[in-house]
Parts: sequence; structure tokens; C-alpha cells
Amino acid sequence: MAKYKMHVLVCGGTGCHASQSDLLLDNLKTIVADKGLDNEVQVIATGCFGFCEKGPIVKIMPDNTFYTQVTPEDAREIIEEHLIKGRKVNRLLYVDPENQEHIADSKHMGFYKKQLRIALRNCGFIDPENIDEYIARDGYEAMAKCLTEMTPQQVIDIMKKSGLRGRGGGGFPTGLKWEITNRSVSDIKYVVCNADEGDPGAFMDRSILEGDPHSVIEAMAICGYCIGGEHGLVYIRAEYPLAINRLKIAIEQAREYGLLGKNILGSDFSFDIELRYGAGAFVCGEETALIHSMEGLRGEPTVKPPFPSVSGYFEKPTNVNNVETFANVPVIINKGAEWFSSIGSEKSKGTKVFALAGKINNVGLIEVPMGTTLREVIYEIGGGIKDGKKFKAVQTGGPSGGCLTEKHLDVPIDYDNLIASGSMMGSGGMIVMDEDDCMVSVAKFYLDFTVEESCGKCSPCRIGNKRLYEILDKITQGKGTRDDIDRLRNLSTVIKDTALCGLGQTSPNPVLSTIDNFWDEYIEHVTDKKCRSGQCKALLQYFIDAENCVGCTACARNCPVNAIAGERKGIHVIDQTTCIKCGACMEKCKFNAVYIK
Amino acid sequence: METVKITIDNKVIEVAKGTTILKAAKEAGIHIPTLCYLHLHDLNIENKPAGCRICVVEVEGRRNLAPACVTECLDGMVINTHNIRVLNSRKTVLELILSDHPTDCLICAKNGNCELQTMAQEFGVRKIHYEGEQSTYREDTSPAIIRDVDKCIMCRRCEMMCNEVQTVGVLSAVNRGFMSVVAPAFEMNLDHSECTYCGQCVAVCPTGALTEVDHTNQVIRALADPTKTVVVQTAPAVRAALGEEFGMEPGTLVTGKLAAALRRLGFNYVFDTDFAADLTIMEEGTELLDRLTRHLNGDKDVPLPILTSCCPGWVNFFEHQFPDMRDIPSTARSPQQMFGAIAKTYFAEKIGVKRDDLVVVSIMPCLAKKYECQREEFATDGNPDVDFSISTRELAHLIKQSNINFNDLADEDFDNPLGESTGAAVIFGTTGGVIEAAVRTAYEVHTGKKLEKVDFEELRGMDFIREATIDFNGLPIRIGIAHGLGNARKLLQDIKDGKSNFHAIEIMACPGGCIGGGGQPLHHGDSSIIKARQKAIYREDAGKAIRKSHENPYIIQLYEEFLGKPMSEKSHHLLHTHYFDKSKEIKVVE
Amino acid sequence: MANIKLSAEKLDELKAICKSFKNDKGELINVLHKAQGLFGYLPAEVQEVIAKELNISVAHVYGVVSFYSFFTMLPKGEYPVSICLGTACYVRGAEKVIDEFKRILNINVGETSPDGKFSLACLRCVGACGLAPVVLVGEKVYGRVAPDGVKDIVAEYTK
Repeated sequence: MAKYKMHVLVCGGTGCHASQSDLLLDNLKTIVADKGLDNEVQVIATGCFGFCEKGPIVKIMPDNTFYTQVTPEDAREIIEEHLIKGRKVNRLLYVDPENQEHIADSKHMGFYKKQLRIALRNCGFIDPENIDEYIARDGYEAMAKCLTEMTPQQVIDIMKKSGLRGRGGGGFPTGLKWEITNRSVSDIKYVVCNADEGDPGAFMDRSILEGDPHSVIEAMAICGYCIGGEHGLVYIRAEYPLAINRLKIAIEQAREYGLLGKNILGSDFSFDIELRYGAGAFVCGEETALIHSMEGLRGEPTVKPPFPSVSGYFEKPTNVNNVETFANVPVIINKGAEWFSSIGSEKSKGTKVFALAGKINNVGLIEVPMGTTLREVIYEIGGGIKDGKKFKAVQTGGPSGGCLTEKHLDVPIDYDNLIASGSMMGSGGMIVMDEDDCMVSVAKFYLDFTVEESCGKCSPCRIGNKRLYEILDKITQGKGTRDDIDRLRNLSTVIKDTALCGLGQTSPNPVLSTIDNFWDEYIEHVTDKKCRSGQCKALLQYFIDAENCVGCTACARNCPVNAIAGERKGIHVIDQTTCIKCGACMEKCKFNAVYIK
Repeated sequence: METVKITIDNKVIEVAKGTTILKAAKEAGIHIPTLCYLHLHDLNIENKPAGCRICVVEVEGRRNLAPACVTECLDGMVINTHNIRVLNSRKTVLELILSDHPTDCLICAKNGNCELQTMAQEFGVRKIHYEGEQSTYREDTSPAIIRDVDKCIMCRRCEMMCNEVQTVGVLSAVNRGFMSVVAPAFEMNLDHSECTYCGQCVAVCPTGALTEVDHTNQVIRALADPTKTVVVQTAPAVRAALGEEFGMEPGTLVTGKLAAALRRLGFNYVFDTDFAADLTIMEEGTELLDRLTRHLNGDKDVPLPILTSCCPGWVNFFEHQFPDMRDIPSTARSPQQMFGAIAKTYFAEKIGVKRDDLVVVSIMPCLAKKYECQREEFATDGNPDVDFSISTRELAHLIKQSNINFNDLADEDFDNPLGESTGAAVIFGTTGGVIEAAVRTAYEVHTGKKLEKVDFEELRGMDFIREATIDFNGLPIRIGIAHGLGNARKLLQDIKDGKSNFHAIEIMACPGGCIGGGGQPLHHGDSSIIKARQKAIYREDAGKAIRKSHENPYIIQLYEEFLGKPMSEKSHHLLHTHYFDKSKEIKVVE
Repeated sequence: MANIKLSAEKLDELKAICKSFKNDKGELINVLHKAQGLFGYLPAEVQEVIAKELNISVAHVYGVVSFYSFFTMLPKGEYPVSICLGTACYVRGAEKVIDEFKRILNINVGETSPDGKFSLACLRCVGACGLAPVVLVGEKVYGRVAPDGVKDIVAEYTK
């Protein structure tokens, strides 16, 4: 990055890309060329900055200016004002919601202040399609160190000492997994990167692959060295075309540089990587299902043991880690196990990336040390609840996780605390819900997902989850009874106890956690036939406010079932037994007289 | 042998390392219910997808319950197989399965013989607490098998039999989640697929999802028709298994009761397919010797080995999967079809009944026989040589329906002339039997010497692929035997690759041969039953006065009066056939 | 014998795809991806050819095709509309957006309009949660779609 005076970094992540950041990039490049600045200013597309809420993001280096919500039309102003005249474009700077001040530097923004970026260290800083930029930031140094100075066991010892645990959800100690695969005797062993990110609402793996693919490639090679395997496979969702493309470019570049292939860096170690595509099955995130899918089979899980570390891809020892886990590896080798284990909580070391989404002001991708509280994440980083509404719950761990409430806000986030609270880490999705969200409907939403994604192999998951969904649906239709809540509980317990794989064993979590934490809401649904958030349409009742009604008859004329009575210029009334809750009256009333309760 | 010590229901036992909890429990005398699990250990067939989750048990220190069928015992494991947590889970899982299953048990083909029904009864299910939408599919009726997959519980046994054991590859789990089910490609009907109708899927289906097409009504109608003369033939394997349907010990021979029962049912002539088996040996054995002699005389155009052709599942298999090798199997028709052809010509003439007025019914341990008798080449002017083929199970139903107290029947003999048979014919019912019968005759015909010892132990057994060399007076005849189509495939591939040096090969589609056929009484996973049937077959053979096909006096008479000699023109016309290419050829259409 | 309704040219292309994966049955899913790329969907004929080339049963191929939601045996519309049903999109009102598409296009999810122009599908999280609710038309991403914005999106493609 030496020869340029200034760098313009444009976020090329999927979120910003969808908001025309590609056009913005083109405009910036054209104008820079027009002005004859090509030799001084470099314009590049980077990976995700994380602050998707305010995208597209443009960052100017070296003065570290952070522009938000930049449109293609803003390109000229940025170049003419900032790059040429040295004046920052004030209107594109982030505005602190607290004091309405413009903040130029991301370090001082609430969203970034509490973050510590290890796995995301290069995302937003480098051009992911240029291996030189990765190398300039110590890339492949860890691999070189391992290959030339260390034995596989020494590397495994560092990994064990660092305390890194699997970031895909299970939290299994990474070093230990590598050691087990290392100990398995076989002529062929495989390193598999699980990039089948399927949790709805989690997109950290995609961002890492889009923003820093080489860190994953480097880590896979290190893992191969440790376990004694020469074959790497990345199982990636076909729905991630950008990540696939960047990964392909990165693998090609690594081969060109001799960082993948035969006798890497003159050592005896050879390693190469192939891609395998997912085809839209959430269950393939489960490692045995993933392996079957890579073998060209239906993605059905099988019972463990045998664990893939012993018998995996084509019955050979296979080490499966997810993208985020791998992204941590090179830094740990470079900076040491002590450095890494000094970060985080007692049993969960390092950081965790979360995809913050839902009813929150700062939607985006964040990385915080383990042990950060939910309150810090939601209020300080996330900037609180959207539109000043009241916080109700945060769902972590995706369809396998649970809904946590107000009382959990000060729990330090780590693997064990989340499980103790009735949820789980999962891959790091974090969906914030406000008072407008009905928790029974949320549970139903997740069960709908599980029913859709169940592989169908074992009966508790295939049929049990369908029944959970049906009972929840019945409750949201206003037809539920107290008995239904008990049935939900018993069935959930049995499914957890008897399902074959992780998907089924955790699928009732959203039901159990909402019953535990939002008991009142369930009771209201089944006994009072009320949904306090107004989401369950069948439980709503439409009323006409006598104060506001002027007797225009618009509502009565538009009611498809003639449920509204009233004289012209007289107050109108809705007959609740006839009303089908279509909402036509509310839509047509010009005087805000129709309300729902 | 390394062992581990476990505590199971407070009992401390020691088992071999690697033993599953299910097997350990069995050793300890503890019964753990299973549904999807199937282990035919004598045949080395095991199905354990761990999908039904009925066999779950509690392992102390483990977060969730463990499926006993696949969880290996570890040293120090403490297992509870029936505490309240386990019982509640099992019953709930069973209720879930029932909630997605029709409850038309009263009129289901498997009523009284359904593993799911039995389990519901044992568990005392009185109410299904989790009722909801049921998954429904199209029903599929083929010439031999009915698929009513609303009743499929995804145990995957049929899929395992069709793919791993038989390597036919017609069935696969399809779709996902609640709608997943086992079906042929594109959920088309079986008769659009390469199904061989071997019926092994039916033989292992725990519910009524896969059953045979029931032809008993057609048989009853024929029996009731005064204008028809109804003749019945019964296959060798039937007599070794039918007794099971009436509560007898597996391996009980009921030949005499069978003949008596058929007579009570009203068949005008009670004959034996064994007679036709002897006839088959005459034709096939002659063909073998003919090919062999020509081959030994240097005729390179004569294909060897010769393969047996009496198993219709096997014929379907090579027509679909190895059509280019269809000149290798013997052209001899199966005993069922030989019987039909002789009955509707020689015998019809003898008793002066018109072909159209003679109805031939066969009792078979087999479902592919239903398809075989419907083949166009086995009919004259649209009148089939064999009109209806019913399975051992269907016959049992028929007997029960007709108020015949089977167990109390006195033994009776078959009628003549088509009821007399030799020991060689009886052993057609087990793997290795056809080739042993052929050897008994071929040896004497070829060498001109009398065979001193007719029992060829080297050809017997249950191993899937067996090889033996028989000394034909200085000429070593190499014989191969395979049962189960997967093993047949291996032998065929060897022939194709030029690796085979056999002179003759016997192939049976079903594991165990006809005694393990798709139409036999259900073994419900107990392979010792199949073994017992095999023993019974050899017992029947040993007890026969004549044990070589060419010594059957009625066969000799048939050749003298009607056919001339084996492989004569008349034989060719009536007793031989040709095969078709039924493979899927990809032809481009513009 | 089955007649396969494919042109000789397409058949050769399909066989070439299988060959590029060494006719290895372990590569079935990669082969299916490429084949769907070529044909737009995976009709029975295509699956028959793949089964033959990879030496596996057609039932197996169909078992795999019917398992993965990415594969389809029905041709998609010229403009496939996909609505993200990830959690972030769900809590920000994706369901109402679906309803509006259904209403305007007069088709259900999983269907293609009679003129073959539009097809409607739901998908799980495209990872653009910052833009929830998200709609894709082909590969173009529309963010923060409100129900009343649906008609404008449809209008873009009906000109």
C-alpha cells in the first residue's frame, strides 16, 4: 500500500453491494482517473465494514474518515472536496444520535468503540481480491512459521492453550479436535471448512469469506499441516455467489504464490483446496450431514460416534471447522496463545462475531470479546431499539437458540452462560425484538423454519416439530387451550431427548425459552384470546372510537360482511361476531376513528 | 477378546468391546423395543439408520437419550432401559409416528401382522396426544406390489434391501422433512422403474406400506365357476414355510396338509411345481451339457458359464441391468411356466378340457411370479399358461377364510401325473438347490455312471457367493452360486470382465433362495426362520424315494408320450423362452 | 426403452459437465448445480442422463434433487422473485411483502406466472440483514422493501 498517498475503501459486502456500492466504486474510479489522480489515490472494494445499517460505507485512509450512506452521486463531492481540497464532506459523516455531532473517525463511533476485531481484522481494510494486501498485513506469516519452525504437535499445543472453541455453534475446543484428527491413523485425511452458514439472520461467515478469504485458506493449510492432511474442502452455500467468487480468486492467487500446492514454501508439506457447494439445506451445517452432502448424497446426519475426526469424508479422518474458527487461527499463531487467552471470559476465550439485526438502530456485523454483556451489545453498539420502542427480547443462536429477555441483559455472553440462560451461542445471529413482536409468533416462525429444514430421517424431528408448529399455529389462531401449553412442553422435552442430530435436539429451544420467559403472553393467547403485540390477526378486535367518528359511513360501505352499523352522521359500531378482521374499515376511515385492540 | 463392563437395569454384565446396547441388553435378557432396526445376522444384513428413535435408553451422564441399536457399550456405562423418562419418550415418539399414519388397521392388508400395530398394542396406546396433518401420497399398484406409502414410517428397510442387498436401486428416500418418503425416481409407479418385483422390500416392511397385489379373489371366483377346471401347483419352498402362518415351528414341513388343504379349497387337481422342477432339470441340464460339450470341442461361439433361469426376479434383473448378456442364461423357462405350458397342452388334452376352460393357479413363495405369469410371451392367444399366482401368505389367508382347520388336516398326496416329484426338485426351494439337482442329473447323463452319493454338501450353505468344483469323472466342473441380486451382480460383472471361469452358475434373487422369498410368511427380522426352512427342504429331499430328476417316472412318461426328448422342437416351443432388452437407452429426440 | 427429450447438442453439453467432474458420483451435487445452470431446472430427462453417466440409480439422483431446496424440477420465470425470510427480514415485515407479491402477480409461492415472466420463491437469509426486508429479482437485490413498493418493482420488469 506504499506508493499511494491516499486510499479510498469502498465496502463491497453483499449489503452495500445491494445499495449500489458497485456503481459508487465505478464513479469514484472514473472521477479519480479524470482528475489525473490515479497515481496518488487508490480506490478499492473491500469486504464488509460491519455497519450495514449505514451502508454503503466509504473510508478514506490515512486520515481514517468514515462516510456513511454514500450514493453513487456523492462520488464527485468526496473527490473534489476531500481528496483534492482536504475538506471532509460533513453531510456524509456519521451523526451521533446522542448529541447530533458529526463524527469523522469510526473509532469514536458507538458502534465500533466496544468492538475488538480479530476474526474480522482485515474486513474493510484490504482488497480481498489482492493477495499482496493480505500478505502486507502479516498474511501467510503464521503458515510459514508453522511449516518452518514448528512441529504439528507444537502448533496443536498453541491452539489448545489459546482456548479457541468452535465458532459454528457447538463450542468444541479447536485444538483438541485437531489433536484427535492428528491421532487418527490413515493414509488420507481431510480438512473441511464449513461455510454452509444457514442460520437465518447470521452472515459473519459470508462477510469473512468476502472480506478476507486468505485468512481462511491460510488457517486450513495450517490445520492440514497439524492433522497430516493434504486435501482441503470448503463446503459453501450456493446462495453466496460473491463469497464463492472471491474464494476462487484467492485460492488461485495462493496457488500462484506457491502458498497452496506441492511442497509449500520448500517444505515437505503439500496442501490444496477444492470447493463443494451446498444446495439449500440448513441441516448440512451439521457436520455428518455436511460430509454426506459432499459425498453426493442426501444431507442426512448419522449418529456420532464415529466422529468425523475418526471417520468422515469417504470414511477418512476429517477435521471440520467453521469459517470464523479458521479466521482466528493465523492471528493466534502470530500473536501467541497467551495473547488470545487473555481476551474473553474464563471458559470462552477470544472474541465472537455477531450479526446484529431486527428492531435495532445499528444493524450490522460486530465482533466483541467474549464476556461482553447483551446490554452493551444492544444499547452501546447497537444503539438501542429502533423508533424508541421498548426492548422485549433478543434471540440468539438462530433456530436452535432461545429468546432472552430484560433479565438476561447483564449476562456476560459466552458459550456456557447462554446455555445456562436457555439459549445458545449458535453461529452468532442476534435478532432484537421489540414490543410489537408476539413471542408465540416468533416461536412459530422458528418452528416453521425447522419443519421446512428437517431432513426427515428421525421421527421426533420429522413429525414432532410439525406437531409443535401446528399447536403454536392453533394458539396464534385463538384456538389454543392451557392443555396445549403443557403438550408443547412435553413434546419439546421428548424431541430434545430423542432426536438424532443437533438440529432436532435444539429445535424446541425457541418454544421452551419463550414459554419460560413469556409465560404471560402464552396465557393471554389461550385464556384471554389476546395478543398484546397485535400480531396475531385472529385475536384482534376492531373498534370505532366514538370521539373521532363523524358518521361518514365510509367504513360501513366498505365492510365486505356488513358488520358495521350506524346512521349517516351518527356513531358507527362494529359487530364483533360478524367481523372478519380484514381491516378495510381502518384503511378507509379518514378520521382515525377505527382502532384495534 | 477385549471386553467392557456395563450396568444395565442394575445388572452388571461383561460384553465384547464394540457391542451395541441393544445386543448387550439381549444378552442380559432385557427386551428393548425396536422398529426401524433389522438384523438378519445369518444373511449378514443389517439396517440401522437410528431413525425411528423407539429404542432409546438412558445412559447416565449423557445429556439426551441414546439409540440402543447403534450406541456402543463403553466401559463403566450405566444404562436404564425402562425408567419413566425412557418410557414417556418412547410412547410419545410412537404416538408421533401414529399421528402420521392411517388408522385403518381393521381393513389393512397387514392387519395382525404389522410391527407398528403390535407395538401400539404393547405400549397400550389408547389416545394419540399429538394429532395433526398427515402426509399423503399417491397409491401405486404394479403387477406384483402395492405401495401405499401413506403407511410408510421411514424405517428405510426397503431402501436398504433394494439398494444395498439387491443393488436394484429402484427405491430411495425422496423429499425432505415431513414429506419425506421412500419412492422410485420422480415418485413414478414401480412398473415404470427397473423393479424386479423380487419383493424383498415387501418382506421387510414393518407396516402396510408395501404389500403384494392380492389375487385370492380371482382364485375364489375361478373355483366357484362350474365351467372351469382349476388346477393348482405349489412351489417347493411353500411347504417349508406355510406352517408358520398356522403357529407351527419354523421349519415344519406341511406337504401333506398342504395338499389336503388345496383339495378342500376345491381345486380339481392338486399338483406340484416340483414336477415341473424335475422337467426343468431335464431341459436345463441337457442345455448345460450341450453347451459344455460344444465348448470343450472348441466351439468358441458357445457362451459359458450357463446361468440358471428359474428365478423371475433374476430374469427381470438381467433384462434391465445386463441386457447385453442375455444370451448367457439358460433358455429354459421357470418351473412355474413349464408347469403351465404342460398343464394347458399335455394335461388338458389328457382330460379333454379346452385350454380356455382350464385355470392354472400357482402357489409361490414369490411376488415376481405374479409378474412372470403376466408376461405376454407366456400366453397363447391371450390365454396365459398360468392364470394366477398367489403367495404363501395369500394361500394362508385363503385357507383361514375357508374355515379349514389346517393344523388338524390329515396328510394327503398330490394328484398324478403332474404331482409326482423327486428330491432334486424339492431343493429348488433353497439357494444351491437348482444347481445341485442339475449336477445329480448331468453327472449321470455325462458320465453314464450312477452317482453314489447324491448329497453335495459343498454346494449348500448360506454364504452369499459360493464356489465348488465337481469332478465329472475326471472333468472338473466349476460351479458358482449366488443369492441376493447384489451378489449376482458381482458374479455377472466378473463374467463381463472376463474374470469368471465357471461352467455353471445358479442365481436366486432372494437372500436364502425361494425359502426367503418375498411372498413367504414374514420373518420379522428373525433370520433363524430362513435357516430352519432350509433345513426342512433338505429333510424333505432326504426322505424322498427318488432323488434324481431324470428318474421321475412321470417325467419319463411325459417325454415318451408328448415331448420326445429334452431340447426337442416341442420342448423348445413349450419349455424355452427368450429374453428382452429392458434397459433404459438414452435416445435423443429433436 | 426411454426416449430422452433433449437435443443432441444439449445432451453433449450435459455429458461434458459430467465428464468435467470425472463422472464421479461423489460430485453429484456439483454436477446438478452445473446442469441446473445449463437448463434452468432439472427435468426428469436430465436426471436420467446424469444417473447413467455417473453410474448411479435415477432414484438416487431424484432423492438428492428432491432433498435440496436449491434444485427445482419446474422451470422458473424469466424474472425469478425471491423474498428473504430470514429472521431479520421476518421481524421487519417480509410476510406482508410476500402477500403483496402474491396479490399483484396473482401466483402463490413456488409458482410461475402463466406468461412465464415471474416466479415467486422464498429463501433463507441472503445475509443482507441491514437492508431487511430484502427481495431479489434474479440477482438484483432490493432492500428495505415495503408492501407499497412492490408494485414499482414489478413495474420495472413489465415494461
